[in-house]
Amino acid sequence: MLSLSPSQRDAIVATCIRALPNEGCGLLLGTSDGIVGEVVASENIAHSAKVYEIDPQVLLRTYRRADDEGVDVIGVFHSHTHSEAHPSPTDVRQAPDPTWHYLIVSLRDTPPDLRSYRVLEGEATSELVEIVN
Amino acid sequence: MSAVLRVPTVLRPALGGVSVIAVEGSTVGEVLLKLTATYPAIKGQLLNDDGTLHRFLNVYVNDDDVRYLGGVEASIANDDEITLLPAVAGGVW
Repeated sequence: MLSLSPSQRDAIVATCIRALPNEGCGLLLGTSDGIVGEVVASENIAHSAKVYEIDPQVLLRTYRRADDEGVDVIGVFHSHTHSEAHPSPTDVRQAPDPTWHYLIVSLRDTPPDLRSYRVLEGEATSELVEIVN
Repeated sequence: MSAVLRVPTVLRPALGGVSVIAVEGSTVGEVLLKLTATYPAIKGQLLNDDGTLHRFLNVYVNDDDVRYLGGVEASIANDDEITLLPAVAGGVW
């Protein structure tokens, strides 16, 4: 399960909308039980509507801050601008960490659809996204 | 030159489970080659067959991405900190 506050959900959606027409992306800081503590927006350095890549400097700074603050980088979010919130074969192949939560925001629908996945040995499994105050 | 290599969680299983390794070498390429000699299982995640950096690996010397320092030719000084982080990317290729 991935647990977000309403304001974190709104920040994620806003990051993805601002990135249009390209995909938006960012990192999720939090705890190993899937509770998100902070959303870290990143520039999509791929500058593409079909591909995303987190800025390597944002990645380094976020890992260092997580170490300093005793929290973990627990996942990543990115948007699909015109398709459903389901991981592409490339999303699955490129998933670097089986402990991460892979959150996808579909901007095809109104309101945007948020779905999260765990990826283990090349297989994506959906998980509950809980929005809690 | 003697430097420190920081290993992210996802790469630790292939590097004996450690988070920090003392490494030797005068360039990033030398350090990574020595690392793959000790831990052959990680080679495919670090370097291409031609010795260049894997497309989906970010390597930093202190705060700098080595793509802007000459890639595998980037120099290492004593007490430098090298960090490996797999790129976070996806999409429809």
